Amino acid sequence: MADSKRDVLLDPLFNNNPIALQVLGICSALAVSTKLETSAVMCGAVLFVLLGSNIAVSLIRNHIPPSVRIIVQLTVIASLVIIADQFLKAFLYDTSKQLSVFVGLIITNCIIMGRAEAYAMQNGVGMSLYDAVGNAAGYSLILMGTAFLRELFGSGKLFGASVLPLVTEGGWYNPNGLMVLSPGAFFIIGIFIWMIRVFKPDQVEEEG
Amino acid sequence: MQRLNQPKYIIIFSVIVCLVCSIFVSATNVSLRDRQEVNEVLDMQKNVLQAAGVMQPGQAMTADEIAAAFENVKAVVIDVKTGKPLPDVDPATYDQAKAAKDPDLSFAVDKNPSLISRVPNQAKVYEVRDAGGKVEMVVLPIEGYGLWGTLYGFLAIDGDINTIKGITYYKHKETPGLGGEVDNPNWKALWPGRRLYDGSGEIAIEVIKGLAGPVDQAPHKVDGLSGATITARGVTNMLHFWLGENGFGPYLENLRTNGGQA
Repeated sequence: MADSKRDVLLDPLFNNNPIALQVLGICSALAVSTKLETSAVMCGAVLFVLLGSNIAVSLIRNHIPPSVRIIVQLTVIASLVIIADQFLKAFLYDTSKQLSVFVGLIITNCIIMGRAEAYAMQNGVGMSLYDAVGNAAGYSLILMGTAFLRELFGSGKLFGASVLPLVTEGGWYNPNGLMVLSPGAFFIIGIFIWMIRVFKPDQVEEEG
Repeated sequence: MQRLNQPKYIIIFSVIVCLVCSIFVSATNVSLRDRQEVNEVLDMQKNVLQAAGVMQPGQAMTADEIAAAFENVKAVVIDVKTGKPLPDVDPATYDQAKAAKDPDLSFAVDKNPSLISRVPNQAKVYEVRDAGGKVEMVVLPIEGYGLWGTLYGFLAIDGDINTIKGITYYKHKETPGLGGEVDNPNWKALWPGRRLYDGSGEIAIEVIKGLAGPVDQAPHKVDGLSGATITARGVTNMLHFWLGENGFGPYLENLRTNGGQA
């Protein structure tokens, strides 16, 4: 684990993206990426939880009994998620209503637990912090990219502002219904994964 | 590393982790609760104002503006069966959704297309009255099954207890772009001015397939949403249910005959 800070921070963007390569955190990526606004809030919440859990787990990593380490990680993560949810309900009520259960489901987001177990348990606080920011950025990159396409083609809007005037509102754009439904995100994320693998052939799994 | 495997250490460690985490969680919860409750109330008021047509959908209103607009709107808890107001019940604390699930606080109704099984004995409505106490508008909560789930909304009725002022849905699971268009401001704009009852006093309001035309030609019909026949039927059904005898029928009758007094 002699990675430089730069690697730890930037690797999760393309080389080791949590969604595109590790295919983690897909559930929330499908559910909240219909709009840029909800995606941005979701990314913020994931960043907060990931930062908090990586720092906390890394701080106490030498004191965690191995037999209960997963439960300890989960307790820390769950507490952070509840705190994030409470803050959203207090300050961003409308968005938190749209995100509904998906903020709570950050608890089960494999990215967070994966980073706690795979990185923060073995590394110092400083490096874990970079790792958290890097992975949250990798998650956000895919989420925001997906949300951009889904909101633009699914509802003709960007951040709620009309870009392509809809037929139903007197414009010319007939929205693509597939984009607002979850399968639309599957296609987009699939295409992202494909694109990344065209440029980084080493990510392609060997065919068995 | 021996120490990490001792049962005593593991238990103490777990207890400390739980304690620290719970302190953080409860501290956040306690310190933010007031703000969250304010948000919830504001959200409900916003929905009522949207149904009433005071607030346009998508229009951002500050908390103060909402409070100001809500000043002459009065929440009233009524007895559903008699239709009479219950001044002793505090509308701010009455939880209608909870009452609807409690067998002691609600009554069962016959099978209906809106899939409503129980109606609360008491319901919270919103009234706007002029200086003389005459009803100018009432806003009723409505809910009922669409295609995928229950739609929750408000229906605003003019003081004549016949003309619709507006309708809004704040929670539903209908297909985005099809049934989900019940949110569409253009569709909601078709409602104001239509009539609930026909000449003989029967409930006649209906969402039809296709175009209904302007208000004066089709006072009891509203355009359907293309690709959303079942959602549209759900809207019609829930209006008939809530305007009927098991819903707000007695209350509306009471409003018509003696201005909604007890």
